[in-house]
Amino acid sequence: MKIDKELIEKVSRVARLNLHEEEKEGFLKDFKDVLEAFAKIKDIDVSNVDLSVHPIKFENVLREDKPEKSLSEKDIFLNTKHKEKRFFKGPRIL
Amino acid sequence: MDAKNILNEARSLNKRYNFFITINESFLEEPFLKKASGKNAKPSGKNYNEKVKLISVKDNICTKGLRTTAGSKILDNYVPVFDATVIEKIKGKYGVVGKTAMDEFGFGSFSTNCAFNVPKNPLDETRTCGGSSGGGAGYTYLSKYSDSSIGESTGGSISCPAAFCSVVGITPTYGLVSRYGLIDYANSLDKIGTFGKTVKDAVKLLNHIAGYDKKDSTSIKKTKEDYEKYLGKNSKLKIGIIKEFSNGEGISKEVEKEFWNGVKKLENEGMNYDEISFSLTDVFIPTYYIIAMSEASTNLAKYSGIRYGASDELKGTFNEYFSHVRSNNFGKEAKRRILLGTFMRMAGYRNAFYIKALKIRSLIINEYKKLLKNYDVFPKFSEIEKLSPVEAYMSDLLTVGPNLAGLPMISVPVKKDRPIGMHFIADHLQENKIIQIGDFYERIR
Repeated sequence: MKIDKELIEKVSRVARLNLHEEEKEGFLKDFKDVLEAFAKIKDIDVSNVDLSVHPIKFENVLREDKPEKSLSEKDIFLNTKHKEKRFFKGPRIL
Repeated sequence: MDAKNILNEARSLNKRYNFFITINESFLEEPFLKKASGKNAKPSGKNYNEKVKLISVKDNICTKGLRTTAGSKILDNYVPVFDATVIEKIKGKYGVVGKTAMDEFGFGSFSTNCAFNVPKNPLDETRTCGGSSGGGAGYTYLSKYSDSSIGESTGGSISCPAAFCSVVGITPTYGLVSRYGLIDYANSLDKIGTFGKTVKDAVKLLNHIAGYDKKDSTSIKKTKEDYEKYLGKNSKLKIGIIKEFSNGEGISKEVEKEFWNGVKKLENEGMNYDEISFSLTDVFIPTYYIIAMSEASTNLAKYSGIRYGASDELKGTFNEYFSHVRSNNFGKEAKRRILLGTFMRMAGYRNAFYIKALKIRSLIINEYKKLLKNYDVFPKFSEIEKLSPVEAYMSDLLTVGPNLAGLPMISVPVKKDRPIGMHFIADHLQENKIIQIGDFYERIR
């Protein structure tokens, strides 16, 4: 696994974060240090071990498909500046 | 009691110690203060209903009409339009004085990674409160009016500040308290819990907030239990002490000495202990951080500058706009965790990191469960210093294990007013045992 500036740039694009040069250098060093420290997990044998997505087993919980009271239109838009008529307004797609 | 004094105390403590991100300035208008008679009587501080207790609430728990930032600039102006389930449950029994200081989204162990002010330790202002629920622990220690607080832990964020601020901290079993309305850090690890000046104070508050909630799909369905009935018991519990921690490197001599003094006191009261070995302690930290960062990176994807939180003029394409708002408003540690978490879930790396960590978590849970068949509780100690990211992550060694496994735990000060915690851990849903031993220890320490 090659940890270099290209990798940091690729990950930051996927994560929707713009990084300036200084940040890229800093995070590159952090990636190297952290991944080296985390490499210990390689030695653990997990063949035939199931994943624990949660610490406790849960059944999939679905609610009945019945309409319930939801937030009012006023409340839904209370925290946004980007509203037009009854819609959130977003930036252009392309 | 005049409710104005409560607000004044919160303001003056905040000026000196930065315990709060937001003080509930509408506190005097709260419905529970409306005890005055007469048609046009207004709520007044003097009409304070003394049956209603006062608490502070960690700032990642949504409170309707009261600013909730999760300690992040990206939510600086966020005012929830709904209450978290825990807030609904305490209505009429507890009033909320304010929202307490924390590391951004809980990303820290010392409450020093704050977009707002850093809270100061009530026992020594030059030191930290521990984190990430630092403000709530510090305020609970100093306040004359409030004896408990709602906190939240992902990897130790209740036990650590409880120890640093010399208060009691209860982290319940994963799923015992609803997470609905909690601003997520890592869904499979987050647990809402309580602080108290005493075990009893923390237990009383837990009694109100625990219980099944259909709005949280990871909420445990079980009969409601009265946790107060486990107070005042003298039953002998069997203690297991994990050698890898009790004799571990990097633990200060003073802390180690206090820990063993505490164990001896329990032994003198007839509680036996064995020193036992836990084989996977070496991988606690990587397993915890891989899962926590992976989940955090997906949770933080929702902050896009449109529906709520920080925003800007709509310029550029979707991706350009999202990236612009996120880059300007997330702190450095949040960016670090988003990047590492994104990387560890990416095609080509996912199996080696994220999936592998989920499998190791199974092994860790099984090992805890196996050991807890023979022992009732495991005590540990909770303790710090400028650290690199790796060093800072390593400092969580003593708390991440039981958090990964979702086990209930309690931190009780080794002695009154000492910033060292005796930390007891039990099996899933055995809150009875941690409460019994925590309360017992508090009486004999």
